[in-house]
Amino acid sequence: MDKSEKLALTFSGALLLIFFSAIIYASVVKDINVPTCITDFDPFVTDTLFQTGPDSYELQMVARMWAFQPSTIRLPKGSTVDLYVTSQDIIHGFKIERKNVNLMAVPGAINYMRVTFDEEGEYLFACHEFCGAAHHTMAGRFIIEADIDEPEITNR
Amino acid sequence: MNLNDYSFQFSKPSKYLNATLLIIPMILLFIGVYGGLMQTLFRAGIVQSDPFVGGDYYKGLTFHGVLNAIVFTTFFAVAFGNALIPYSLKKQLNTKIAWTSGILMLAGSVMAAVTILIGEATVLYTFYPPLKAHPLFYVGLTLLVVGSWVAFYSWIPMYLEWRRENKDKKTPLAVVGMFTTFIIWFIASLAVAVEILFMLLPWSLGLVDEVNVMLARTLFWFFGHPLVYFWLLPAYVMYYVFLPKLAGGKLFSDMAGRLVFMMFILFSIPVGTHHQYMDPAIGAQWKLLHGIFTFAVALPSLITAFTIAASLEYAGRKNGGTGLFGWMTKLPYFDKEKWFFPYLIIGLFIFIIGGIGGIINASYQMNTVIHNTAWVPGHFHLTVAGPVMLAFLGGSLYLIGQFMNKKIRLKGTAMLMPYVYTIGLFIMSYGLKIGGLKGMPRRTNTGASYANPDSILYQPDWIPYIDLTVIGGVIMFIGVVMFIASFFTTVFSKSERETSAEGVSVTFPISESLHDEEAKWLRNFKPYVIIAIILIVISYTPVILDVLEATYGGSPRFSPNSPVPLP
Repeated sequence: MDKSEKLALTFSGALLLIFFSAIIYASVVKDINVPTCITDFDPFVTDTLFQTGPDSYELQMVARMWAFQPSTIRLPKGSTVDLYVTSQDIIHGFKIERKNVNLMAVPGAINYMRVTFDEEGEYLFACHEFCGAAHHTMAGRFIIEADIDEPEITNR
Repeated sequence: MNLNDYSFQFSKPSKYLNATLLIIPMILLFIGVYGGLMQTLFRAGIVQSDPFVGGDYYKGLTFHGVLNAIVFTTFFAVAFGNALIPYSLKKQLNTKIAWTSGILMLAGSVMAAVTILIGEATVLYTFYPPLKAHPLFYVGLTLLVVGSWVAFYSWIPMYLEWRRENKDKKTPLAVVGMFTTFIIWFIASLAVAVEILFMLLPWSLGLVDEVNVMLARTLFWFFGHPLVYFWLLPAYVMYYVFLPKLAGGKLFSDMAGRLVFMMFILFSIPVGTHHQYMDPAIGAQWKLLHGIFTFAVALPSLITAFTIAASLEYAGRKNGGTGLFGWMTKLPYFDKEKWFFPYLIIGLFIFIIGGIGGIINASYQMNTVIHNTAWVPGHFHLTVAGPVMLAFLGGSLYLIGQFMNKKIRLKGTAMLMPYVYTIGLFIMSYGLKIGGLKGMPRRTNTGASYANPDSILYQPDWIPYIDLTVIGGVIMFIGVVMFIASFFTTVFSKSERETSAEGVSVTFPISESLHDEEAKWLRNFKPYVIIAIILIVISYTPVILDVLEATYGGSPRFSPNSPVPLP
């Protein structure tokens, strides 16, 4: 093997190792992970929001052709949400704007991610998996406000 | 462009077969490309309907994906193997088996295309259940895949016979590359065959009522990621075998090429779950394992980047280039007589950007930022619709000239096409990628909602990026029209040389190697295939077990037009 070839191979390997260490660091130290396998959560068919602590909520969301239920979620600033998502018909999915939350909603399975909203504003989530004729109209919003009396969810 | 003194006499049936396998998919490709152009216009809200698909954006999206990414690529890979393997091994193709494969593929493609165009298979090219397509769509895809298996089957005896006759010789690198391509393709497509034959087809026929969506999805991606190497590897064969010769030099290292192909066999398949990072019912630790293997499969591409760059440097210096970068200016970028060169060199340049994007996508948590956003089509247009498409187009034009015994017409147009196309590609992919980072979803008719100022969903900050995709898309389309003009002018021109009664004489630009090593440990596929199977079992067993454990109920059939399940 040529000397320059060995050098290139070593460099390539080292580069990938550095990238990979960064992933492990983010996963272990910073605790940034991807959705995992959920087996201990009862299947649900309707959407519910309930408070689990002073600033924390659990939201069960149902995606269907062609709406998210709930489609609007109004919460106080600083809320942490345990988000459980499933689909009642075909595959849907969404990413919450400006947040590291990206979930596939698959029928027959429950997906989960935790998200914290530290800033006020509107966070769009648009369905990002093709789900039929009106797929492009399927979207929802988190609305985060500084002081609201009661968190609420609405369906359109 | 006669670059090699060795030519091989192909029989008449193989001549007609290969011409058919090149011309018909080129027509289908053009229909698909038209679909691509219309998508950029739909997405921007410039058109709301077109004569082909009416108002159904998603029907157009389905045929764009199926015809361009599955049909055209499979046909080219088979035609390329049908040409390069007999040429390299100096053995005649078994034309009976090869024609059987061609007919299966043609019949399958027509079935799939018709079901899409009559609106019975608007399921996109991933055909995820529980969206149901017409059974003939699944049958058509199966025939296409089985046809390609039959082609592979016809090459195996030629290879084994050659090995017996040439015990101490290294298998030609072109043959190693094509066999690698089809070994990966065969193993990977077994999973999609299981998905279609045991799950989707009986379910679409109404023989069973329910399907496990996550299981089908997982089997699809077992196939779906190696599929991209099935696209990429014939292009790699051209980079290793043709490009150094076209540049006027030699392949820097023969062993590097062999090592790269064997590494693809090892790591192409146990990686599919990196398409499912955001899916439920699969443990995050197994997703990470697939991520590790994905990084392993990036290594052969990095080796390729080095080896090909070194080969080009050798050529550039031989052509009179000096200095650190001077050799780069001494390559035949705009030589009409070497019109094939730009198709490969420009593709490699695009692949640097496409490859970096790929590493981002594979990077586990980072996938959260881009998964299913417009970034993803931005990425795969820089890979499959970039280097792969350009190599396959260049290859198609070269092969049609050889097999139909024609001089290439509109050479200048053909030579400039990769440059025009690439300018468009960069503009379009930039729009898609940055739009994706801003949250714009993929596979979405934004023109009817997010890009429509009258809609409550209107997203003004996405508009500039959607407009860029239109500009880029139009330029890409112009590039493809330039190619089609050259291709069909060549097909319909008069034969240059006298056609002999026995068949046609074909030549390929085969590179010599600068460094040629024994590399005995890289001569046999068997150990690599065995290790690959072990890696697949290790990486997929826990994934399948998780899916089976964590899913409940089955899904009935759905049409894309109604939330009520089909009867």
